Amino acid sequence: MPRSQKIALGVMAAFFLLAPLVVYPVFLMKAMCFALFACAFNLLIGFGGLLSFGHAMFLGTAGYGAAHAAKVWGFPPEFAILFGTAAAALLGLVTGLLAIRRQGIYFAMITLALAQMMYFFYLQAAFTHGEDGIQAVPRGMLFGFIDLANVWAMYSTVFAIFMAGFLLIYRVIHSPFGQVLKAIRENEQRAISLGYDVDRYKLLAYLLSATLAGVAGATKTLVFQLASLTDAHWSMSGEVVLMTLLGGLGTVFGPVAGALIIISLENYLAQLGAWVTIVQGVIFVICVLTFRRGVIGEIGNWLRKPL
Amino acid sequence: MPDDVILETKGLTKEFKGFVAVQNVSLSVRRGSIHALIGPNGAGKTTCFNLLSHFLEPTRGQILYNGREITGLSPAGIARMGLVRSFQISAVFPHLTVLDNVRIALQRKRGGSFDFWRAGGVLDELNAKARELIESVGLAELESAAAVELPYGRKRALEIATTLALDPEMMLLDEPTAGMAQQDVERISALIKKAAVSRTVLMVEHNLSVVEHLSDRITVLQRGEILAEGDYKTVSANPEVIQAYLGAGHG
Repeated sequence: MPRSQKIALGVMAAFFLLAPLVVYPVFLMKAMCFALFACAFNLLIGFGGLLSFGHAMFLGTAGYGAAHAAKVWGFPPEFAILFGTAAAALLGLVTGLLAIRRQGIYFAMITLALAQMMYFFYLQAAFTHGEDGIQAVPRGMLFGFIDLANVWAMYSTVFAIFMAGFLLIYRVIHSPFGQVLKAIRENEQRAISLGYDVDRYKLLAYLLSATLAGVAGATKTLVFQLASLTDAHWSMSGEVVLMTLLGGLGTVFGPVAGALIIISLENYLAQLGAWVTIVQGVIFVICVLTFRRGVIGEIGNWLRKPL
Repeated sequence: MPDDVILETKGLTKEFKGFVAVQNVSLSVRRGSIHALIGPNGAGKTTCFNLLSHFLEPTRGQILYNGREITGLSPAGIARMGLVRSFQISAVFPHLTVLDNVRIALQRKRGGSFDFWRAGGVLDELNAKARELIESVGLAELESAAAVELPYGRKRALEIATTLALDPEMMLLDEPTAGMAQQDVERISALIKKAAVSRTVLMVEHNLSVVEHLSDRITVLQRGEILAEGDYKTVSANPEVIQAYLGAGHG
């Protein structure tokens, strides 16, 4: 890891460790879940060059899976998260096999269509309780002895999951697999001519991204003790695109910053009601017009260091 | 074995809607030779090339490589069999460094490219070989530059280094000197000559002096069909070939 990224990692960890002293912890937990979600999304678009417009299906599926497992089947939290994640991974495998056959806008449209199908399934299925969602999901005892009803226990758990997920993504990006993925993003035809079966690499990237998005969704469900349609809605798929672009596509820390900014806006501008969407839209336009690399991307470019 | 054929096509035909781009082309390329595919614009050279590298599927006909039919295989699959192509527009990975460009190719031979859990440092074992290849095409001092920053001729040199990293049995080169300044043309020609010592090269090329200088055997295409075949002397003396090239500004 270059020094610039080590420093950024330290700053990020320190922020999430110290911020709950002054900021509402539930808000920070939400931010970390979305940050992980955006990082997972960024793995696919920023390093694999694949724009998914249906990532909410993984967030939503893992959320419902974890909520159902914890509430109805009485799973302990670690297994509820694992179950939700596995459900997202399975969905990733199935939808990935379909979607990666196409590129560019077609890929985006297929993922959107599949995500809409999942949304309508969750709207109709009995176990999701439709508009009400699965409420009062018990957080339970982690490993049988850590009571997650305690906000600090929950906070530490989310922090640990977020950091582990973030570092795993970092590892993937810099692995031999990550190198091939970048090559495919840079020049797919050339990667093929060198003998790489690019579809298999794309599928693995898609699967990893879906799985990690699932971790974020399942964790978020335990934080809010709620799985709802919001997480599976197409606007959530759009929001993660916004977070990633705003923070910096293809940067390591950008999605985290983007998620923090968007979640803060939603939180602190909540009294503006529907105007939040308009503010977000304005920010998006400004971002695309004036700092296309995103916040972190621009800072990295200015420092001439990878971030 | 001068008549040992490495790549052979039988009745290769490609039809686009209402238009036959390549018609009944039967080609054989001898092992160890440099074989050029030439012809006026629109003669079907690039289509033919894309059929051989499997980036297009033929309407009819067969392709045999080392005596084995490879007609329906995937482009990545034939690359792994040792038949590696280049592109008309220089094919580099623009935002990767020169070193990383070559390493991507070496990595494919090394295997383990699905290892997403392993640190990138395991690939450092490829650096020595990569530097050797980079040096051999004269890019030693540029190894940490991003490929996108290289001038055009250097990009082509990098592309050749990347292709050579696969140690292919046969190289398919699509207009290797297209759009190049004269000094670059000489440099790239020399590189091709050097690379061809232990392998077979089939190239599509416009620059007839390069063709004359490099190739052992030439196939002339016109309107999708083979017009003539032979060494440069035979082909250039063929009245039909002269006719086909008249007005195109070539001798």
